[in-house]
Amino acid sequence: MSDAALSVRDLWKVFGPRPDRIIGTPDADLPRAELLAKTGCTAAVKDVSFDVAPGEVFVVMGLSGSGKSTLVRCLTRLIEPTAGEVLIDGEDVRQMSEGRLRELRRTHVSMVFQHFGLLPHRKVIDNVAYGLEVRGIGKKDRHAKAQEMVDLVGLSGNEASYPDQLSGGMQQRVGLARALAVDPSVMLFDEPFSALDPLIRRDMQAEVIRLHHEVGKTMVFITHDLAEALKLGDRILIMRDGALVQMGTPAEVVAAPADDYVRDFVSDVPRSHVITLRYVMRDPRPGESLDGPQLPPDMVVQEAARRVLDSEHAVRVVEAETLLGVVDDVDILRVIVAEEGVRA
Amino acid sequence: MTLLSPTRGRRATPSPAPTDAQESGQRRVLALVGVLAAWVVGWALLKGRQNLELAVSTQTDLHRWLLDVRDRVEAARTDNFFLDYVVGGVSSALDGGVEFLQQLFSQPAFPRPVPEIGWLGVVALAVFVAYALAGARIAVLVAVSMLAFGLLGYWEESIDLLIVTGVAVGICVLIGLPLGIWMSRSDRTTAVVTPVLDVMQTMPAFAYLAPLVLFFGIGPASAVVTTLIYALPPLVRISAHGLRSVSPTTLEATTSLGSTSRQLLAKVQLPMARRTVIVGLNQTTMAALSMATIAALIDGPGLGEPVVQALQSLDVGDASVSGLCIVIMAIMLDRATTTASDRASVAARTRENPRVRRAVLAVLGVLALVAVWLSRTYTRFAEFPEDPDLGQPLADAVNSFSGWVIDTFGGLTARFTDLISNGLLNPFESLLAESPWWLMAAVLVAIAYLLAGPRVLAPTVICLAIILGSGLWNDAMKTLAMTLVGTLLVMVLGVVVGVWMARSRTADAAIRPLLDALQTLPPFVYLIPAIALFGPTRFMAIMAAVLYAAPVAIKIVTDGVRAVSPTTVEAAQAAGSSSWQTITKVQLPMARSALVLAANQGLLFVLSMVVIGALVGGGALGFLVINGFAQGEAFGKGLAAGVAITALGVMLDRITVHTAARHGRA
Repeated sequence: MSDAALSVRDLWKVFGPRPDRIIGTPDADLPRAELLAKTGCTAAVKDVSFDVAPGEVFVVMGLSGSGKSTLVRCLTRLIEPTAGEVLIDGEDVRQMSEGRLRELRRTHVSMVFQHFGLLPHRKVIDNVAYGLEVRGIGKKDRHAKAQEMVDLVGLSGNEASYPDQLSGGMQQRVGLARALAVDPSVMLFDEPFSALDPLIRRDMQAEVIRLHHEVGKTMVFITHDLAEALKLGDRILIMRDGALVQMGTPAEVVAAPADDYVRDFVSDVPRSHVITLRYVMRDPRPGESLDGPQLPPDMVVQEAARRVLDSEHAVRVVEAETLLGVVDDVDILRVIVAEEGVRA
Repeated sequence: MTLLSPTRGRRATPSPAPTDAQESGQRRVLALVGVLAAWVVGWALLKGRQNLELAVSTQTDLHRWLLDVRDRVEAARTDNFFLDYVVGGVSSALDGGVEFLQQLFSQPAFPRPVPEIGWLGVVALAVFVAYALAGARIAVLVAVSMLAFGLLGYWEESIDLLIVTGVAVGICVLIGLPLGIWMSRSDRTTAVVTPVLDVMQTMPAFAYLAPLVLFFGIGPASAVVTTLIYALPPLVRISAHGLRSVSPTTLEATTSLGSTSRQLLAKVQLPMARRTVIVGLNQTTMAALSMATIAALIDGPGLGEPVVQALQSLDVGDASVSGLCIVIMAIMLDRATTTASDRASVAARTRENPRVRRAVLAVLGVLALVAVWLSRTYTRFAEFPEDPDLGQPLADAVNSFSGWVIDTFGGLTARFTDLISNGLLNPFESLLAESPWWLMAAVLVAIAYLLAGPRVLAPTVICLAIILGSGLWNDAMKTLAMTLVGTLLVMVLGVVVGVWMARSRTADAAIRPLLDALQTLPPFVYLIPAIALFGPTRFMAIMAAVLYAAPVAIKIVTDGVRAVSPTTVEAAQAAGSSSWQTITKVQLPMARSALVLAANQGLLFVLSMVVIGALVGGGALGFLVINGFAQGEAFGKGLAAGVAITALGVMLDRITVHTAARHGRA
């Protein structure tokens, strides 16, 4: 995919002495403790490749220690990758000079952090303007731009506050505004809401969805929370012990887990909210009526349920004038009943 | 003088205890008892033999050689490149700088009979600066303090002391901040610099006076360099620590926005570490003040001079008045730097209106300029008026009061002195100083090994060899005896008061401010009450040392006992322990590493004070150092004494640090 906003090829990050000798050897597949005992190294990211399309929200998910935070830091070389390629708008980040890399960070890619990383000695407005300031933009211009961002994230009136005077959620809004202020084409989020209360977290997720609609940035979002991943992600990459386990849309991941690890992960997800008709449809039985209404294959089951149940005939799943399959009451109920079983 | 405690605590990292710790612990105690018994028996049999006693006037070849070295250095001063250009250059730059400031602020600037800026101008400028840096309250404090210097009759000396302290602190910042930044960025630099700082802080200040005099001569340059050496470490350590503890997330976040490393330093690290750096500046300033007063011994200008003179002529009244000026100055500098650091965290959002602040600053600035002009124009604003003089009446009052105290309680203090002297000090000194040197050395090595393990063997042996080589073994043992007795008293005081404070919030609230205040005082000040009560004796020096060292020890014990898990204490109480049992069976054993650390600090503080106490009758090594300054031909012996003091200090430090490391975990 040459038109990808971000493209990662065979990326490795190994911590330890002479890390490159591990790459591509069977040693890399050893369990973590054995690898450490044998070589003194820890493989945090193992041979990961993916593409992110412009405007896409791409979620990387895994438990703590799965290498997802290392992965996102490798994208702008906050952590230096050991091997592989990272292409941003077609340019290899690993080949960039110090100056070019700084340029990339200043204008192209910005990041939001779990623990905010705000400057306690600066007012909100100066925190938001920081990226513009280091770029050398004059005070008036950068404050105008920063004010715009403060308004955008809903912090109007708090410009002159200091970070420690704000709640956690508000502080993360500052972090968000700071990342937005440099007008990046790619935004990286490293578990940005993990440190927040559940209710605030929900607000912030809604905020990200809203901002994504408004500004349409490409986003790479790291989380350990599956619900968050399913809610935000256009596609999800699941990592385990540094390696890619599965990559796909939320519906794919839930409906067709790649292995037991993922299956276990998604087992208590409200499936009807995630799974689309594509994963429940079947071929029409011989003689089955095809007079039912049409629905697109990417509609989630929950949304489609009423239409299907109300219809006398099986619903036709149609994409681009082509009949892909049909769904009837039983198919829908199977998903919903299975979910009830999980909940009980 | 809190500067040693935070850094030293870190060095005493506890190592995990071996599984058979208890058994080997018992064996060690038995061995220790055995060593002590052998020592006493050896002492009783061999008392007074081969103890290397050396009369004050007797010099060894080494001492004569050192004297000769000095003479040669002095002779070579003009034609040796290093001495002439490097040392001479530094020396004359420092002398010139101090002299320039003196003529500006305190001493007659030829051909004027008065300084360029008279007292009124100086006070006004000081108030302006204080307001700008630390706010209105500190400005008032500064004004009152400065006027007090004049009214007590020590205007010139006070300003001179401020100048020496200020120049030294200024250079400390110029050297220390970049060094701190460098250390925060490079582990290798840290690894190289840290031991050097350790030595700078462990070495009793007295020890390096002599070598410095050798190169810089006596006078302001030596005073500034001594002060600099003593005061630099806290700033370097604390600023490096502050910079290192800047939140990594913030660093990462600002890096991710494309900051250059210079931008990171200027916009992120330094502002975020600012408060910590100013705390370091506070410690450095207080250390500089205390050393600058001691530098009076090598003819450094300032308040130390009148104190030394008054102490040597046993004039408690005069000593108290000049000592009071030092105390006022210490409080002034401490409050000013502490407030500046508190403000640093809230600087941009002070409750005071920035417009009001700017207006006040402008007014104060104009007033200061007017005051400077006045002080240049009218003599009465240039020279501090001699009338009213509060100093003399105060000195008289103190003299008559101390006379009354001695008349009334003299019997009591004499009995106390006798008790400690005859019951503890004399026998102990005899035990150390009258044992044959080889027995003593063997005993010390054995004790060091049993307490602290094999790692201290090498340093102990080397230090003992240096002491032996200095030719001052006997004097060193006398100083060691005084130090150990002083430390014992400090520990008794430390444990009793420390436990009390740890168990009672009220006691803590009442005593802690007093300890804080005591810790800011330069060591000279402690000699004054001690001499008033106990006269010019060894015992006086020990008591001053106890006063000086107790606050640190008490604080460390308090914190250690308080750090004992409350659950454990509760469990002990639930099991029916009495208070005494809780203290002796739970709290003290669990605070063992704090006790060892307190002993470490106590030893070093007592040692440095015992040596300074020689000024008024402490004797032994300290006396030899001072005598070295006083009499030209005793210089070599004084230098050797300085080296012996350092060796003693390093040895005691190593032994206690490793003991703490070994027994850190119960």
